[in-house]
Amino acid sequence: MRILIDCRGKNMTSTTLDQGNTNADGVLLTSDGIPLKQKLVQTTKKARSRAFLLTLPLVLFLIISFVVPIGQMLFRSVHNPAGTNVLPNFAVAIKNWDGIGFPSEETFELFVKDMQIARKNREIGKTVGNLATRMNYAIPGSRSLFTSTSRKLSTITEGPYKEALFKIDKKWDNQIIWRNLKRVSSDYTIAFYLAALDHKYDDNGNIVAAEELYQIYVSNFFKTLRLSAIITFLCLIIAFPVSYLLSVLPLRTSNLLMILVLLPFWTSLLVRTTAWIAILQTQGVINDILVFIGLISDDGRIQMIYNQTGTIIAMVHILLPFMILPLFSVMKTIPVSYMRAARSMGATPFTAYRRVYFPLTLPGIAAGTLLVFILAIGYYITPALVGGEDGLLISNLIAYHIQKSLNWSLGAALGTILLVVVLVLYWLYNKLVGIDKLSFG
Amino acid sequence: MNLSKLLASTVVGVSLLAGATVTNAGEITVVSWGGAYTKSQVEAYHKPWMAKTGNSIKSEDYNGGSAEIKAQVEAGNVTWDIVDVELSDAIRACDEGLLETIDASTLPDGADGTPAATDFIEGTLHDCAVANIVWSTIFAYDKGKFPTAGPTTMADFFNVEKFPGKRGLRKGAKVNLEFALIADGVLAKDVYGVLATPEGVDRAFKKLDTIKGDVVWWEAGAQPPQLLADGEVSMTTAYNGRIFNAVAGEGKAFEIVWDGQVWDLDLWVIPKGTKNKELAMDFLKFSTATERLAAQASYISYGPARKSSGSLVGKYHNKDIDMGPQMPTNPDNLKNAVQNDFNFWADNADQLNERFNAWLAG
Repeated sequence: MRILIDCRGKNMTSTTLDQGNTNADGVLLTSDGIPLKQKLVQTTKKARSRAFLLTLPLVLFLIISFVVPIGQMLFRSVHNPAGTNVLPNFAVAIKNWDGIGFPSEETFELFVKDMQIARKNREIGKTVGNLATRMNYAIPGSRSLFTSTSRKLSTITEGPYKEALFKIDKKWDNQIIWRNLKRVSSDYTIAFYLAALDHKYDDNGNIVAAEELYQIYVSNFFKTLRLSAIITFLCLIIAFPVSYLLSVLPLRTSNLLMILVLLPFWTSLLVRTTAWIAILQTQGVINDILVFIGLISDDGRIQMIYNQTGTIIAMVHILLPFMILPLFSVMKTIPVSYMRAARSMGATPFTAYRRVYFPLTLPGIAAGTLLVFILAIGYYITPALVGGEDGLLISNLIAYHIQKSLNWSLGAALGTILLVVVLVLYWLYNKLVGIDKLSFG
Repeated sequence: MNLSKLLASTVVGVSLLAGATVTNAGEITVVSWGGAYTKSQVEAYHKPWMAKTGNSIKSEDYNGGSAEIKAQVEAGNVTWDIVDVELSDAIRACDEGLLETIDASTLPDGADGTPAATDFIEGTLHDCAVANIVWSTIFAYDKGKFPTAGPTTMADFFNVEKFPGKRGLRKGAKVNLEFALIADGVLAKDVYGVLATPEGVDRAFKKLDTIKGDVVWWEAGAQPPQLLADGEVSMTTAYNGRIFNAVAGEGKAFEIVWDGQVWDLDLWVIPKGTKNKELAMDFLKFSTATERLAAQASYISYGPARKSSGSLVGKYHNKDIDMGPQMPTNPDNLKNAVQNDFNFWADNADQLNERFNAWLAG
């Protein structure tokens, strides 16, 4: 028999229930003998999963366009199979080498033959160039040893292979190269995380700090966090009075002002940033005005851009709406009568503000600061354009490794660390403020 | 007509339309560096090729490097058919199997009958790449800033006391380290020998330290002439053709200093797996023929990669300016010049850029 129970109330009337259909415990049963309560849960569940189906396109879209590619990218931070791809047989053989002296003659033979095959096939991802690139990360300057040797390897047709190889280039007569080849012959590595934390393997395979001249990433993470915090704080200071004004003005005026706040969203980010260049540069509008009114001399023009000041100014402007909107939406809901009530009970304006108004705005402050901070930490176009030498934030270094140096594994390692840092901060924030208290409006 | 019929007919119609455009004539995507440089290629290569073959060209700009090529080839979705790259990128991408190999013997002979293999200047033909131009990184200054005695040597560029004002430099280790060593008194021929030693690298960075506080960093080739024009810098390193075009085309009062120039090649490469390989190859052969290379030299001051083009290089396309003395390869300009060593940079770019970034942030 067909059951017509449905969570949508309007169909309830058509449910075929037999009033006398109860079991021994007096539990109401449907006509097929299942307790009504259980049946109800079942059908609600069905309806819920049907409703979930509606979100399926979005979920699929997110998985295909977001989760999978990012997951793949992050996976590259530990997975770099250049060694096994290019030298499949050698990679197996060298695992048995104890790292003392040189590998066996058979291992050298496999190395030469694998290299010859790789050079002949030129398969994407399996070329000598791929191995050379990977090895160049481990031993800077070793790339050409691999590429130039591979061009000459076709002359070697029989053993002894070790001697023949050393004859082509005596740089092969170096244990450090073979030790690194052994390490590279494993698909999984933490070498890129070490590099991302300013560490490396030394010649004996121990983990040591990188030379000071090459240390950049750890200090850059801190610099990025510091700048983001400054930008968030400045946004809060500026946005708070603006939001307050917006929330108390009559609707007509506040709507107009709101449009001014939202106006920047209608212009491209690039245009907004370039506009700041025109305004702030040493031959720009502000400097021209200051010179014109005689506040500074023509030689004493102020450097306001291509440094940290420029980055902070431009980013505060670009991120400001993300602070104003949540603040405004919270302030709008605070009845004016609360302040009046506080005043009528004898509070000074400041006390009333501090004890009544301000605590009520906290959900907006919490949401705004979180939003701006997380956006700021991943920004890279603006610092790249107006930041000059100080403008290298961690996201710029990630972009550099993805776009320029093509060290995608290192870029992925930096990206993963950034993701973890943000998640930890989010967790901390949740502990301190409570994510359920947030109000994005 | 019901909905499904309408839908079906639309689909058929659209696919017919798409089919028609595919069969009629081909289209290739040619990628280059934008600005005055791309414009010179459009005039000298693209337009004549389109007129001759009836195919069309989609021109795209980029900022160099092989990231996009790598991404497209590895993803198996190649949309760039032919790309103008620097030598070190061409070699590296070729080594990594990202490019189609090009058989130099299929290139047309020079206009004077010389076979391509000998007509091209030595070192301009590679397994996967064919050079079209010789270009150079030089430094240039604004004559308005130094009306009487302008800078004449690379050392002057690093002398902010004698020649005050901000300096523009490309953000990256390449070329800047060479410039620093030349300014510090290293002979052009010894630059890479010195740079190969740790002390040499320290020396170069120490020299860069002396102007670090006065530098505005640029990334795209179109920026330096703009920085000069805005008065943001009093002198800047730049690609010589960009400065020439600002002078010849826009009447700017900029002056190029050739002392210590670092010259390099731009080459055509074809990403592996492009669907238009035949057309791309045809465009490559057409554009690197003697007349085309010479024609490009009348739009921008980059030297043709073929010897046979040299005698055909005349005047700027719409002004009475002899292009010969503007070329990086002109003997007068080569007196103290360095050829970019792609092997050195292939080996050391990772490490030196790392150090450069750390230096920049420190």
